Amino acid sequence: MRGDRTQAGVEVRDLHVTFPLYHGSARTLRRTLGRMRSSRFEQDQQQRMVVQALRAVSFTLQPGDRLGLVGGNGAGKTTLLRALAGIYEPVAGRVTIRGEINALLDTNLGMNMELTGRENIGLRGMHAGLSPRRIRDIEKDVQNFAELGSFLEMPVRTYSSGMVIRLGFALATSIRPRVLLMDEWFLAGDTSFMLKAQGRLEQLVQQAEILVISTHMLDVVSAWCTRVLWLDQGMVRMQGTPAEVLPAYMADDQPSEPAETD
Amino acid sequence: MPTGENTVMMRAHATSGLDDTARDSGPTHREPLLDLFPETIFARLTHALADLAETARLWRLCWTLGWLDVKLRYRGSVLGPFWLTASTAVMVGAMSFLYTALFHTSVAGYMPFLSLSLVLWNFMASIVNEGATCFTAAEGMVRSIRLPFGLHAARCIIRNVLVLLHNVVVVVVVFAIFHVWPGNRLIWATPGMVLWLLDAVAACLLLGTLGARYRDIPPIIASLMQIFFFISPIIWKPDLIAKGHEWLQLNPFYALIEIVRRPLLGGHAGLHLWHLAAIDSAALWLAALLLFMRVRSRLAYWI
Repeated sequence: MRGDRTQAGVEVRDLHVTFPLYHGSARTLRRTLGRMRSSRFEQDQQQRMVVQALRAVSFTLQPGDRLGLVGGNGAGKTTLLRALAGIYEPVAGRVTIRGEINALLDTNLGMNMELTGRENIGLRGMHAGLSPRRIRDIEKDVQNFAELGSFLEMPVRTYSSGMVIRLGFALATSIRPRVLLMDEWFLAGDTSFMLKAQGRLEQLVQQAEILVISTHMLDVVSAWCTRVLWLDQGMVRMQGTPAEVLPAYMADDQPSEPAETD
Repeated sequence: MPTGENTVMMRAHATSGLDDTARDSGPTHREPLLDLFPETIFARLTHALADLAETARLWRLCWTLGWLDVKLRYRGSVLGPFWLTASTAVMVGAMSFLYTALFHTSVAGYMPFLSLSLVLWNFMASIVNEGATCFTAAEGMVRSIRLPFGLHAARCIIRNVLVLLHNVVVVVVVFAIFHVWPGNRLIWATPGMVLWLLDAVAACLLLGTLGARYRDIPPIIASLMQIFFFISPIIWKPDLIAKGHEWLQLNPFYALIEIVRRPLLGGHAGLHLWHLAAIDSAALWLAALLLFMRVRSRLAYWI
C-alpha cells in the first residue's frame, strides 16, 4: 500500500522566520540592543522591532533521513521545528512537507492536564482526523506501550512527569506519522523508557519515514541521527553527517544567545 | 524532491486525515502536502476559506473540545453543568422581583420577558467576551500543532451553545409557570438563531484576531459589553422608549436580539428589524473576513 504513494519528503528553501516584538517594551529593548553584538534584532519597514529567528535556512530530507538539530539556546531549533510543522508560516522562502506530520514539540503536547489519559488520546486522534475505530486501536496501542495501567482513567495532572512523557511519546508515534518532528524534552524519560523509545523510533524510521529531532544531547545525535544541522543565531552554521559536524560543534565554545525565541 | 504540484495552494492539513477509508482509496487519494510560503492576495482568501473548510471537517473535534470545556468547568461538583441553570434561575428570580417593583409592572408580564432576554443576552455577551480570547486561550494548542484557527472559534461557540441549552431550562420553566407559549411562532425564531450562529463565527474570528494582536482588546470589550447590557433592551422593553426610538437602531444588538426574542414571546420581528439585523451581520462578516484573510498566517506569531 505504501508503495502506491509518493515518498515522504521535507524541503526547506531559504526559510526566513521573523517575530514581531509587539508585547515587549520597545524602549527598554532598544537599550538592551545597544549593548548586544548580535544583529538579529532589527526594525522592519514599519519601524516595528523584530527578531530574526531563522535566516536563509535551506535543506532537503529524503525518506530514511534522521536529522539532528544542534545549536545553543535560542539558536532557532524549536522555531525551525514549528516552521516544519506548519505552525509558523514562512515570512520568506518556502517549506514543503510531503506525508503526514506529527510534532512532539511541547511537553504537554497540547494535552489538557485536567482530562484523563483516555480522553486525551481521543482528542489527539481527532486532531489527526482519525475514525473512531482507528482511535480505539490507538488507545490499545498507547495503553500497551505507555504502561499507564489504571492511570489511563485519571486526569493527566495526576501523572508523574515520566508518565506524561510516555503517554505523549506513545501517542505521537502510534499515529504513525511519516514525518516525525521532535523536541528534546522527551529525552527526559528514564533509561528503560529510552531503550523502548529508541526501539519504537527505529521502527518508524525503518519504514522510510523522516525524523527531525532537536537536542543538546550529542550522544543521542550520534546514536540516532544520520545527518546534523548546526544552527547558530538562526542561520545554518554547518550541515552534514554527525562525524563531520559534531567535532566542529564541540570544538566551538557553543556561543549561545540569552534570548530564547519561543 | 518531486515538485509535481506547482499550485500556489496550501494543500490539505498537516496531519490531515488519512483514516482507513482514505487510505484504501489508493492512488486517486491526494497526498497530504504542506506547502507554505508568503501569501499572495488571492492565496490569502483561499487559505482563509480553506481554514474554515478544515474546521468543518474537524467538527467532531470541535464538538468534543466544546463539550469537555463545559464538563471540565464543573467536574467534581454535585450539580455539574446544572450549576449554570441554577445560577441563572436565581438571577432571573431576583431581578424579576426587583424590576417589577421598579418598573411598576406585573410579575406575569415581566418575568417571561426577562428570563428569555437574560438567557439570550448571556449567550451573546459570552460569545463576544470569550471570542476575544478564543485564540490566545488556545495558546498551548496553537503552538504545538497546526490546526485551522476556525477550530478555536467553533470550540468557543459550541461551548456557549451548550451553556445556552442549560439555561434554556429556566426559560421553559418560567414560560410554563406563566402559561406563555410561543406555539407556532417558535418556527419564526429559527432563522434568527441560524443568523446568530453565523454571526458568532464572524465575531469570534474578528475579535479573537484583534485580541491576539492587541492584548487590551479583551478588557475593553468586557467593559463595552457591560455598557451594552444597560443600553440594549434586555431588562427593559424597547417600547418603553417613547422618544428617540431611531437611536436604538444604531445599537447592533437591538435588531439581533429582537429577531429571536419577539417570535419566542409570540410576536412578529417584522421586515424592518430583519433588514437591520442583515446589515449588522453583513458588516460583521465583511470585517471579520477581511481581517482574518489579512493576518491568518501571522496569528501563530502573535499568540
